[in-house]
Amino acid sequence: MSTAIVPTAHFDLEPMSEPGKEQLLELAMGPQHPSTHGVFRMNVVLYGEQVVRLKPVFGYLHRNHEKIAESETYLGSMPYTDRLDYMCSITNNWAYALAVEKLAGIEVPERAEYLRVITGELTRLQNHACLIGFLMQDMGSSGTPLMYAFREREKILDLFESLTGARMMCNYMRFGGCRADLPAGWLDQARKVVADFPRFLDEYEQLLVSNEILMDRTQEVGVLSRELAVSAGISGPMARASGVDYDIRKVDHYSIYDRFTFRVPLGSHGDVYDRFMVRLLEMRESVSILEQAMRDIPAGPIVDPRMKVRGFRPKPGEAYGRIESPKGELGFYLVSDGSPNPYRYRVRPPSLINLTVLEDLCVGRNVGDIVAILGSIDIVLGEVDR
Amino acid sequence: MVGEGILKGMAETARNFFGSYVSKDRLTTVQYPEQRDAQIEAARSFPFLVYDGADWHDGMRCVACQICEKECPPKCIFIEKSKDKKPDANGKPQFYPATFNIDISVCMSCQICVEVCPFDAIMMDVDTDLSTDDRFGGLLLDKQRLSKSNEYYNAIHPTEAAAVDARLAVERARQEAKAKAAAEAKAAADAKLTAATPAQPASGEPR
Amino acid sequence: MNLEAIKSEVEANVPGCRLEMVANPSPSDQHSLRSDAEHAVAVAIVLRDAANLRFDFCSNVTGIDWPSREVSEKVKVKKLVDGVEQEADEIRKTVVPGCLEVVYHLFSVEKKHGPLVLRMRTQDRDAGVHLPSLTPVWRSAELQEREVFDLFGVVFDGHPDLRRLLMWPGFVDHPMRRDYVDPDDYEYEPTAHDEVPRRAQQHRGDAGGKQLSEAEGG
Repeated sequence: MSTAIVPTAHFDLEPMSEPGKEQLLELAMGPQHPSTHGVFRMNVVLYGEQVVRLKPVFGYLHRNHEKIAESETYLGSMPYTDRLDYMCSITNNWAYALAVEKLAGIEVPERAEYLRVITGELTRLQNHACLIGFLMQDMGSSGTPLMYAFREREKILDLFESLTGARMMCNYMRFGGCRADLPAGWLDQARKVVADFPRFLDEYEQLLVSNEILMDRTQEVGVLSRELAVSAGISGPMARASGVDYDIRKVDHYSIYDRFTFRVPLGSHGDVYDRFMVRLLEMRESVSILEQAMRDIPAGPIVDPRMKVRGFRPKPGEAYGRIESPKGELGFYLVSDGSPNPYRYRVRPPSLINLTVLEDLCVGRNVGDIVAILGSIDIVLGEVDR
Repeated sequence: MVGEGILKGMAETARNFFGSYVSKDRLTTVQYPEQRDAQIEAARSFPFLVYDGADWHDGMRCVACQICEKECPPKCIFIEKSKDKKPDANGKPQFYPATFNIDISVCMSCQICVEVCPFDAIMMDVDTDLSTDDRFGGLLLDKQRLSKSNEYYNAIHPTEAAAVDARLAVERARQEAKAKAAAEAKAAADAKLTAATPAQPASGEPR
Repeated sequence: MNLEAIKSEVEANVPGCRLEMVANPSPSDQHSLRSDAEHAVAVAIVLRDAANLRFDFCSNVTGIDWPSREVSEKVKVKKLVDGVEQEADEIRKTVVPGCLEVVYHLFSVEKKHGPLVLRMRTQDRDAGVHLPSLTPVWRSAELQEREVFDLFGVVFDGHPDLRRLLMWPGFVDHPMRRDYVDPDDYEYEPTAHDEVPRRAQQHRGDAGGKQLSEAEGG
């Protein structure tokens, strides 16, 4: 019988010393820090450069999203879900729409499913590009890989703006479909962006993959074992880099992902380098899914014709809907009591849960490795703190 | 060879650097504000009220139904209904908003007010040059500052505005046809009445 | 994945546990198992380790607040009216006591099935808010149980590090409870939401406070 690995004893904020390590330094990294990906604080106890203990402090971006949702209608929470993981607003919308559709038994027409897959995979592309750029930036490459990644990301954000009206806070999904149909010329522009993407990936791989500095700083750093990953609820590219073969697109068969052939990259070492490479390979698979989806998209309605925008009252009950967001498993748990507002609205944040193991990964390593490890976990504080 | 990966990376950087002199694709910087990117049609910044015709008050489409106020997620719209009615663009007397305030420091540009408006009265603007030095009053837009003409709407969102105009024209034609049919029926009834009255019905005769 | 079969398997392996099936009326078809607090850890271990179940991935831990509510129902009673025994309607009010509920969503990475919804209820919302922590079984419950403690007030016995997660350490009260009243002693900015500054005005007694202009809702 396996037992879960539990963290070390309660961390008190009094300075302390251990025999043989009298000169411990307690450091607060954050909340204002260029490399913590948002307002995130870590109380780090160091012996010289080596991390002895690390306790993250959350809550700097807590905006009580879940409580606001209890006083908003179901549709009124949709723009708030944009702001959870603010880099990937469309996949947040999708997870919420999926949960409500499960709760109320709403069906989604075909064209809307294709639109969801196309915009969802574009979101995955721009999120992974952004993340890899920031990981490089945090490790000191002063912006060059970051700006190359952002150059590609800008093209995708332009696509979002012409489809949904906003670059980042898209508010695109509705219960039973999508809000807006493709304007004229969008599909051609999107095909061009997707066709150019592999060239960017090739250039990026040439720039970085065999770079000695990158390899020294990321290989065998922050190794996450498979057992700990499963026990700690780690999901997404971080779990797959540790060899956990779990991709919700393949497991739950949600939406129309069964129609597309794509592979799921798995890592074997579970270190920062593997997480970086898994994301690069996932971008290639997303490009393949996009090509297939844009080839096959049918005509038809984009929203279930029986759904009204106002006055939506699902019957009492509950539902848990989850998708494979670029960060991991993003789930929404909704409890309805028959009124237009949800009784309980819960976001299952992948960034927060992936941070469960931050201390285990960082203990024993240097301060510089904390930045690399935190960057590879891919957190967005909007989701961690909601 | 040690450092080979770094050299390969430097070759890539050099390719991008020298390439930016020859290829537009590699030099994507836009010298804002002297140069600007082409405005994307579907973009949204903050809501505005549409009016038809020349006068912003008389031609306002909004009838103060307050649906946008109820559906707005951050509750940034504040409406007070008028007590009297004024004729709208079709000539039918409608209520109008005595006060219509949007606090754009609260508005999150979600566009739900536009989706739920049954009268196509509120639409999304594209203007993002909204800076002001008055943090409270300057960002609380009242009825007058929110009202922009239908021509402006056609200029910023041509496809969408064309669809809305077509729909409103169909609706207006239907209303006019209905009014004409009602007027004709009334005229026919009046004619029948005037034709019937001179001839007195005989007493007791059933009509 | 048959919930009845899982329930009987767990009951066979954990003697004395009281599991009940909670039906979910919505079309989502996700029914739950409610466990009693005493045997919850043993139930969880069986769910995680049994060869055909292997629910090794605890995806989501949620708290729900069910405040106490008054239920009035009409009952037919026999009453003496003018000496004659008759059936009459009487309105009987009962108070359904409140509790806090913790819901776990379990999946299996090995067998790729799920979700299994496991629930536990506390005794009441005041002193009897202790529940066993399932962190020793699934490490992913660590931060999420801290959040349930922070926002609802459920105390998890056996949790290695039960502190507040999202609120700061000196914070009192549990914000996600249905009867939580937000404090109005914070600095506000006048907005179109006139309820906020009006309440703060009352709180201050408005001695020398700022008069709200008409545009601000004053």
